[in-house]
Amino acid sequence: MNMKFTIPLIVFAALAGLMLFGLTNDPKLIPSPFVGKPAPQFTLPRLYKPEETVSVSDMKGKVWMFNLWASWCVSCRAEHKVVTRLSKKEKIPVIGLNYKDFGTEEYGNEALKWLEVLGNPYYAVVVDKDGMAGIDWGVVGVPETFVMDKKGIVRYKFTGPIYQKAADEILSPLIEKLRKEEG
Amino acid sequence: MKFLATRLLLILGFCFFTLQANAVKIEFHTFENKQQEQLYLQLIAELRCVKCQNQNLAESNAELAKDMREKAYDMIIKGGSRQDVVKYMTDRYGNFVLYKPPFIAKTLLLWVGPAVFLILSLFFLIKLIKKQQKEPIEMLSDTDRDSVRELLNSKKD
Amino acid sequence: MIPEIGHFALILALSVAVVQGIFPLWGSFNGKLAWTSMAKPGAYAQLFFLFISFLCLLYAFIVNDFSVKYVANNSNSQMPAAFRASALWGAHEGSLLLWALILSGWGAAVAFFSKGIPSIMLARVLSVMGFIGVGFMLFLLMTSNPFERLLQIPLQGRQLNPLLQDIGLIIHPPLLYMGYVGMSVAFSFSMAAMIGGKLDAAWARWARPWTNIAWVCLTFGIALGSWWAYYELGWGGWWFWDPVENASLMPWIIGTALIHSLAVTEKRSSFKVWTILLAILAFSLSLLGTFLVRSGVLTSVHSFASDPARGLFILVFLLVVIGSSLLLFAFRAHKLRSTGSFSLVSRESGLLVNNVILLVMAATVLLGTLYPLIIDALSLGKISVGPPYFNAIMVPLALVLFSVMGFGFFVRWKKDSMSRVLKRVWFPLTLSLVSAFVLPMLLAQDLKIMTILGVFASSWIALAALMWVLSSGRSPFKLPLASWGSVVAHIGMAMTVAGITVVSLYDSEKDVRLEKGQSYELAGYKYTFNGVEAIQGANYKAHRATMDVTYNGKTVTTVHPEKRDYGPGSMPMTEAGIDAGFTRDLFVALGEPLGGDAWSFRLYHKPFVRWIWLGAVLMGLGGLMAALDKRYRRVRRRSLEVAQDDEKQTTNKPNPKLSGAIA
Repeated sequence: MNMKFTIPLIVFAALAGLMLFGLTNDPKLIPSPFVGKPAPQFTLPRLYKPEETVSVSDMKGKVWMFNLWASWCVSCRAEHKVVTRLSKKEKIPVIGLNYKDFGTEEYGNEALKWLEVLGNPYYAVVVDKDGMAGIDWGVVGVPETFVMDKKGIVRYKFTGPIYQKAADEILSPLIEKLRKEEG
Repeated sequence: MKFLATRLLLILGFCFFTLQANAVKIEFHTFENKQQEQLYLQLIAELRCVKCQNQNLAESNAELAKDMREKAYDMIIKGGSRQDVVKYMTDRYGNFVLYKPPFIAKTLLLWVGPAVFLILSLFFLIKLIKKQQKEPIEMLSDTDRDSVRELLNSKKD
Repeated sequence: MIPEIGHFALILALSVAVVQGIFPLWGSFNGKLAWTSMAKPGAYAQLFFLFISFLCLLYAFIVNDFSVKYVANNSNSQMPAAFRASALWGAHEGSLLLWALILSGWGAAVAFFSKGIPSIMLARVLSVMGFIGVGFMLFLLMTSNPFERLLQIPLQGRQLNPLLQDIGLIIHPPLLYMGYVGMSVAFSFSMAAMIGGKLDAAWARWARPWTNIAWVCLTFGIALGSWWAYYELGWGGWWFWDPVENASLMPWIIGTALIHSLAVTEKRSSFKVWTILLAILAFSLSLLGTFLVRSGVLTSVHSFASDPARGLFILVFLLVVIGSSLLLFAFRAHKLRSTGSFSLVSRESGLLVNNVILLVMAATVLLGTLYPLIIDALSLGKISVGPPYFNAIMVPLALVLFSVMGFGFFVRWKKDSMSRVLKRVWFPLTLSLVSAFVLPMLLAQDLKIMTILGVFASSWIALAALMWVLSSGRSPFKLPLASWGSVVAHIGMAMTVAGITVVSLYDSEKDVRLEKGQSYELAGYKYTFNGVEAIQGANYKAHRATMDVTYNGKTVTTVHPEKRDYGPGSMPMTEAGIDAGFTRDLFVALGEPLGGDAWSFRLYHKPFVRWIWLGAVLMGLGGLMAALDKRYRRVRRRSLEVAQDDEKQTTNKPNPKLSGAIA
């Protein structure tokens, strides 16, 4: 057997390995390039008091969470309970970003109703009417959640609805660890 | 795995059937000059709608694609260059957002692979042709040779 | 009841395929004639049962049997009958059944037209095809049974994606599958030849017409897909470098290399190893495409609903088919000795260079398609590889290929001299160089480097092909059909290149807002909007605009772009209004109402876009002419003689060539 005739076989073996990997891999999950970098700035109006604004810099020195949601987002509803429980348990300030909520009359009506029914676990709710703040944070689809450390560095991003197990096993330990870090 | 897939579909909410969403959404943008318009059209063709199956910003009707187009337009009319927009997008979405991958270490094979492959194979091809030229011309095919051997053997008997 | 019959017929077809796979092959080794002779009836029976199975599913679609899950998911009673029928192959399960049916069709055809092929060879060929059939039918039955019933029968089925309710979809997939699966014939012949270890050029002679026909189907299939995307997607694009498109392009490129290489193997007994490898590659890439499309490994606009279980099955199937063929190749390839030696300047060398460039092009498509997966597998993050990459790499490669192509016509087999070749090419070469500069200046009043290169490539290929016929010294009417086929196919290629060049560089588009009565001018054409009316289609409601087009005050045409609504659960659809012309297409897409009488429109002017598909039609036609050349009918007789010769040889009767060699 001449070795050069085994080249196609070897190339194919490598391809097969790659395809096997492909089967176990989800091509749609995109990692956030923000992790390890300072949180993007925003200054946005509050939902309840539109004349007031909240900025990222207001959160300096605190470990905090940033949760993107919308009233039209079905899986946000499922996530809401988990976020509520987590914020109570860890006493962590969560800023909610109400992302592109299309109210019927006045902007924000739907969001207000939503919070009225499901409860408001947020430290503050800010409004991103045109989705530009969402883009600034590299949103792919709501819900998405970021965890920031005391220095305002993004330490973790959770894509999709947080489920209880993830809250208990990933987020809670992370928050406690970040709190121990120097501010 | 199946669970993950359904979960993802839920997350991706409004980008379910990209293929179905083909109704042309037409937006009107005014530009200060032809270069800006060209740049905009080029960029939305080369940037990927990150939540869609496989579509660029120009062709996608997803809300997110619309917002990303808006952002690109915004940056361009404020005088942003091509690099500015590309940097803004890659800072947020990584190189995934670029349909034209940048020339960096991990894309080296992608960019130079074809050329290297072409040159190498042409090199070996010419070597091979020269080699087979030097070999004595075989008049016989394999079958013929086998038959000859058989014939010779039978004569020995 | 009918779906159960279909299911049962599918199981029977599988059983037949198992028999067809095992016994003829076994018999070919132990010389049991009874076993080898099972190959032909096996191939016919497999086709018969698959056809019954297919008809049963078709029946379920026609009569709206929503108790069948696959029917309920992909069709409803409001759809026109033709679309209900074609909905059969609109999704994964049904299209796979079509694959299997077409595969058995090719097998039966090989069995039927097999007069000149020695029975042992034929038994092996059909056995390999039987094994491939086993794989596909197992796949169907284990992971994707189209006959599965629903416990709760819905009253109405789901709407088939409106995009797919189109004449393009009725014929595009079957043609494409004909091409993919047709590559299995060359594959099976090469496998049979390797199994037998008797690797003369005979297999190439037998496989050649089949490969040509498969390539023709693939060419038509891809062209149809491109045309469909152009008029149906509403973006005026005709190629998107989507993984699904790439999956069809790779076997086409390798298939193109294969039909050229087969010609050399048949005529000159050269390139034997190479041809075998290409035959394996062409079919392997068809299978790989199926894997990529149906496993969900890559994100594509067109991909089928993905299921990892299916992906795993195809992967195992790929490992068995491609792995075993490449393993066999590794063991047997050294036995192949090409007999015809040739010099560096010869048609053989030219064709090898052409083959190598084609291989590099296919490898590039594969690399670009899989690179995001490679990066991900190495945990280096996520990247995208899209049209800008493919255009940047493939266009230069294609230009190198086209430059070599023209010379190929004028180089002699075996040995030629550079000076003689130059003497023959100088005229078409100079003429195409001149036209590369003059034509753009005259027609477009500008001179872009890409235009020059594109026009040069196009006219160089076309002129070389034409000059070759004219200077062959024979009357054009006496030239064999195959030669004409070659000329027609190459002129087709030239046309496609010209179309791509012009439309890529000189098309224009504009998004406009028009009130009723208003007009807009683009590329000299004046579009006047004359209102929108509401119409009712077979299973949709639509807004239909009337747009009158004039050029220099003269009426050109009236187009009617539509915006269709297929009811709840589907997004609105754009049906573009297109005025097709030989030198330009006018393409109007209707957007949204903007209040009052105003609507938004997207206007395109697409010069020479038709040439892309017309060229493909010519390529296909050329391939068909080559396949139908009466030489092959004669060859069949000749190969019968060869087969008899083989038998004589074993009875120690030397043939003239042999005795010469011994002497």
